[in-house]
Amino acid sequence: MKSGNWKPWALLAPSLSAVFFLLVIPVCFIVVYSFWLRAPSGADIPAFQFGNYAKFFEDFFYPKILIRTIRISFETVIVCVIMGYIPAYYFYRSQSRYKKAFLLLIMLPFWVSFIIRTMSWINIMGDTGLINHFLLKIGLIQSPISMLYNEFTVLMGLIMYLLPFMVLNIYVSLEGIDKSLLEAARCMGCTEWQAFREVTLPLSLPGVSAGCLLVFVLTAGTYLPPMILGGPSNDMIANLIFKRVIGTLDWPFGSAISVILLSLLFVIVWTYNRYLGINQIFKSFQGN
Amino acid sequence: MTSGNKQPMVQFKGIFKRFGNVVAVEKMDFDIEAGSLVTLLGPSGCGKTTLLRMVAGLEEPTEGDIFIKGARINDTPIHKRNLGMIFQNYALFPHKTIFDNVAFGLKYRSVSKEQIREKVTRALEMVRLPGVENRMPSQLSGGQQQRIAMARAIVIEPDVLLMDEPLSALDENLREEMRREVDNLQQMLGVTTIFVTHDQREALSMSDKILVMKDGSKQQEGHPETVYNEPANHFVADFLGHSNFIQGEVIGIDSDHITVKIETGDVLVAKNRGGFSTGDRVEMIVRAQRFDAFRKDGFTPQEGMNSFQGRIKDRSYMGGEVSYFIELGTEREIHVISLMRTRIYNIGEEVSVQVSPHHCHLIPLE
Ligand SMILES: Nc1ncnc2c1ncn2[C@@H]1O[C@H](COP(=O)(O)OP(=O)(O)OP(=O)(O)O)[C@@H](O)[C@H]1O
Ligand SMILES: [Mg+2]
Repeated sequence: MKSGNWKPWALLAPSLSAVFFLLVIPVCFIVVYSFWLRAPSGADIPAFQFGNYAKFFEDFFYPKILIRTIRISFETVIVCVIMGYIPAYYFYRSQSRYKKAFLLLIMLPFWVSFIIRTMSWINIMGDTGLINHFLLKIGLIQSPISMLYNEFTVLMGLIMYLLPFMVLNIYVSLEGIDKSLLEAARCMGCTEWQAFREVTLPLSLPGVSAGCLLVFVLTAGTYLPPMILGGPSNDMIANLIFKRVIGTLDWPFGSAISVILLSLLFVIVWTYNRYLGINQIFKSFQGN
Repeated sequence: MTSGNKQPMVQFKGIFKRFGNVVAVEKMDFDIEAGSLVTLLGPSGCGKTTLLRMVAGLEEPTEGDIFIKGARINDTPIHKRNLGMIFQNYALFPHKTIFDNVAFGLKYRSVSKEQIREKVTRALEMVRLPGVENRMPSQLSGGQQQRIAMARAIVIEPDVLLMDEPLSALDENLREEMRREVDNLQQMLGVTTIFVTHDQREALSMSDKILVMKDGSKQQEGHPETVYNEPANHFVADFLGHSNFIQGEVIGIDSDHITVKIETGDVLVAKNRGGFSTGDRVEMIVRAQRFDAFRKDGFTPQEGMNSFQGRIKDRSYMGGEVSYFIELGTEREIHVISLMRTRIYNIGEEVSVQVSPHHCHLIPLE
């Protein structure tokens, strides 16, 4: 009896230790760091005090960035749901032999570095980019219009990065719907649209909400699109962390902001799990 | 109608269905009378489901027409056909309560709220599951879910009830019970029903008419007894029950009987149902249950019966009955299922076998 018990642990040990050393320990470091003091000389002094947190909420400057982060995350989620549902539904209904290949195309962006994908917008929308170049050439404009470095382009970069996650999540939950349910609805008097509303849409909601959570969490923690495609007023919370830690080497304050972001995401994930169940997310990675 | 005949409820006229190169249904002509229960019977892949789905509108015939109550419905969209469909996996909506599941079809039929409530209650009573309105489908057992699926299909008072192997997901005992219930319900409501199955017992026990299919085409249609006792060809005889096939040649015909000389040289007599002449190559079909086996010693054949000698080659005991393989001559054995009215014979024992001409059915050799 007893001797059989260590086996699963032994098998799990490599991944558990990876998680422990690469995730749990660093997070603990961050939490500890967030209580430290920073001397005017720039040295970090071990301490236990809440000054870094107090500083964050001292005036409206930092909370504003936090609120902006939440707002942009919500905007990204909403646009991704709308833009993601349509292709996911299309793949689901498609009878094409190339369906699998199309699905693979959705994964294609992951093969190119995220930074390069984000930077490429500069070549398209920048002052000397493709669009301006074209408009100048055909004489529609006399001087380049500046399109970059605002919230719209930040959002665009985020959506480009996160849309595949949403599409895959929705697609998997659509694929999981028993097709005979739709047929049953049709036989009982539903038009195709009514059957979609009665059956497909409600049964795909778990995938939609899983996609939403994933997109939200990833958006809230990302710093590259605002950094590359946004202006100073488009900074999100992760940019702030980046600037404090890498820019001014203020580790204690950077850590405190990280802990605040982490707590916010934790509350969101916890609430989600409480009411919707987190399992759905793993389903979409298992394929069908 | 002017002829005085009742209008068939469903008619297939020259139906073909192809999926690319696969012919799923071929040249199907078939009528279904109002109020009857018809089973589509055949091995896997013979096109039963496809034929049923064409009635529902879930598949379109490649060629031919389908009529319901005399009206051609090829171009009627699915949701306007007023049919009740019961799926093999029940297809209950997992996110709706039992009430909403059963009420689903009524919602799209401009029935008032009170009437919906009333009809749902009555339908649930009919399937003997009153009071489960507020449960979710996952809270019911397989058999109960099947009942809800039936309630949901009959509540809309469909012109035709379509069932695609509705019992195959249930275990053996429950299946028997549900089969009787489907049968009773169908008779009580008098709703025309098309029932797909590959279980011959199901088909034989509940149908008014059986349509036997093979590779998409009709092999035989008829009353269960006719199909069982007078199979139209080798396939039907082989598919339904345990049959012996004995090849031979017609050597004599009189008004009552046809005399056939079989491979072993024995001469057997079959009842004359017409259609053969002397010299025809035929196949004689005898059900395994129709043979009687006796001890060889002291056996005298009855007047007018076919009889021959053999040796028990193999046997298997199946509870209420024993299955014997009896070697007649060289290369020829017959399968006999005996209800054990006598003792069980041992392997190697010499026996006499007897069968009435009445149970010898002739078909042309294919
Ligand atoms: N959508 C489809 N696309 C291509 N071929 C199909 C399709 N549906 C059915 N077929 C083919 O048509 C033939 C008949 O299929 P069908 O499902 O009607 O058989 P069945 O008699 O219901 O079999 P089973 O007892 O296994 O359910 C099969 O050869 C099947 O492969
Ligand atoms: Mg089938």
